[in-house]
Amino acid sequence: MKAIALKLCSVTGMKWGIPFVKLFSGEEVLEQLKEIWGTVGIPLIAIVTFLLIWHFGAKQIDTSLGQVPGPAMVWEQTKALWAEHVDERIKADEFYARQDARNAAKLAKNPNANIRVVDYTGKPTYIDQIFTSLKTVFMGFLIASLIALPIGIICGLSKKIMQALNPMIQVFKPVSPLAWLPIVTMIVSAVYVTNDGWLEKSFIISAITVSLCSLWATLINTALGVSSVNEDYINVAKVLQLSPTKKTFKIVLPATLPLIFTGLRISLGVGWMVLIAAEMLAQNPGLGKFVWDEFQNGSSQSLARIMVAVFTVGIIGFILDRIMVELQKLVSFDKKTIA
Amino acid sequence: MALLELHNVSKGFGEGKYRTEVLKNINLSMEEGEFLAIVGFTGSGKTTLIKMISGLLSPDEGEILFRGNPVTGTSHERGVVFQNYSLLPWFTVYENVALAVNERYPDWTKETKDIHTRKYIEMVNLTPALNKRPAELSGGMRQRVSVARALAMNPEMLLMDEPLSALDALTRGTLQQEIINIWTKDKRTALLITNDVDEGILMADRIIPLTTGPNATLGPEFRIDIERPRDKTELNDNEEYKKTRNDIIEYLMDMGAEVKTKKTTNYRLPELKPIMPGKTFRKRKEEDKLKYF
Repeated sequence: MKAIALKLCSVTGMKWGIPFVKLFSGEEVLEQLKEIWGTVGIPLIAIVTFLLIWHFGAKQIDTSLGQVPGPAMVWEQTKALWAEHVDERIKADEFYARQDARNAAKLAKNPNANIRVVDYTGKPTYIDQIFTSLKTVFMGFLIASLIALPIGIICGLSKKIMQALNPMIQVFKPVSPLAWLPIVTMIVSAVYVTNDGWLEKSFIISAITVSLCSLWATLINTALGVSSVNEDYINVAKVLQLSPTKKTFKIVLPATLPLIFTGLRISLGVGWMVLIAAEMLAQNPGLGKFVWDEFQNGSSQSLARIMVAVFTVGIIGFILDRIMVELQKLVSFDKKTIA
Repeated sequence: MALLELHNVSKGFGEGKYRTEVLKNINLSMEEGEFLAIVGFTGSGKTTLIKMISGLLSPDEGEILFRGNPVTGTSHERGVVFQNYSLLPWFTVYENVALAVNERYPDWTKETKDIHTRKYIEMVNLTPALNKRPAELSGGMRQRVSVARALAMNPEMLLMDEPLSALDALTRGTLQQEIINIWTKDKRTALLITNDVDEGILMADRIIPLTTGPNATLGPEFRIDIERPRDKTELNDNEEYKKTRNDIIEYLMDMGAEVKTKKTTNYRLPELKPIMPGKTFRKRKEEDKLKYF
């Protein structure tokens, strides 16, 4: 029981839970209290201080949308957004119930009747938008990984290819998503002309923009990892006379996995960061669009709602990072090197 | 015809001003079934020598012949036990050995490969650790896996690069015995590189010292005519052992002294009066060396 709780704490990144678990199991009480003070007490004081400064500081500034919202207003809007989501779901359920009842009645009258099933067309709620954003970032991340991993491995294996590609990598790496977006938009609009709605155009544009910005970290880390595999392992491959494919899959890739995952982790972080900007301009119905719409909306709650989005982005980004860390631990042979 | 021949082999690293000649004019000939030990100071180029024989490095000058054919790359005929084990940390003990077996005998059936792999793991007494990863093993166990991996490929010649130097004295002793046992069983040609004269005398038929680098070369050979099986404790009272040991150590020490006198002429030290603690320290260091060589 205790072991499971401790494991849970470290997996979720909530290291501060560990002394609590130990405290409840009666292990060196004074020591644990000290630990709790360090891991929970001090950060808590800092957070409270931050909230106080925010609370009183916000009151000093008046914008055209009213006062800058304090923590209390942001919390209120969080609840409001959740309530809207629940409301919307109830409406949707009611709509489908009505539709089903109508269709059932029709069928009862005439078994061969033409039945129409229509999707509910309410506006997406905040929670829907979060999921759209997640879907977009994973799509972009997937595209980025599919491009960056093979190219990175090839770059790492061949010095000549690395020399050929390096200038381009270095030049494209620092480009902002906002610069890519118009280009991607034009190209996608020109190439992706089907209108069957399988994938939204704005979704594709955002995803590709995300991949363009996030693939560099994976590419560079993979190339670096592959090119700097421990010489001992390479000697083993030579002495055993492994074929190039076997050498790549049995020796080079396993040895590089920790660095590859470091790259993927950075990529996902960058992708998530870039996503908001991409969605804002591409009008992909995710968090970015939410922020933009609220900004354009300009009601007295807008700023508070945007701040909710800020916290959402931050917290989800943190969770994504933790997931990547755990994946990294799962695949790497040397578990101590991962923070 | 000798199994392995080295003719005037030289090797250096670096370019221009930074070039150091590591090995110079190495001549060596090994017969089939022989156990040869090469002893030398650390940094004298022992690893470079074994890398060239295995085919990982090629000599700058001279030639290396294996069964009369020049060595141009690595080969399954020469198995290598590396100094730092070089196990693949993401594989278990079984997988590390199986990787070698798969490469050596790609045509064997799965069962034959499996039996072969297990046989060699058993030979080094590691069956209980079959499914452990190298990180979970002690240094001695890791080195045994490394030995098993090399042996499982049935090489005609086994090259061992200071295989036991990182181990504690006790583990070292048992592993020495294990390696000798395996060697006596199928009389494979073995080349052991070591910095421990006692280890060489215990295990080898012949010892050749490597002079200190740069420009290291092989010294005169010392034959070890002590009956096998040799027992480590009995060896201590063996006259032949004492004599050979002293001869080799004397040779190495003389060489060390020669290098030292050469070195003092090279460096101009600032005129400082050495203080006493430093002197005793240097003395102690010399005593340490005495114990090792």
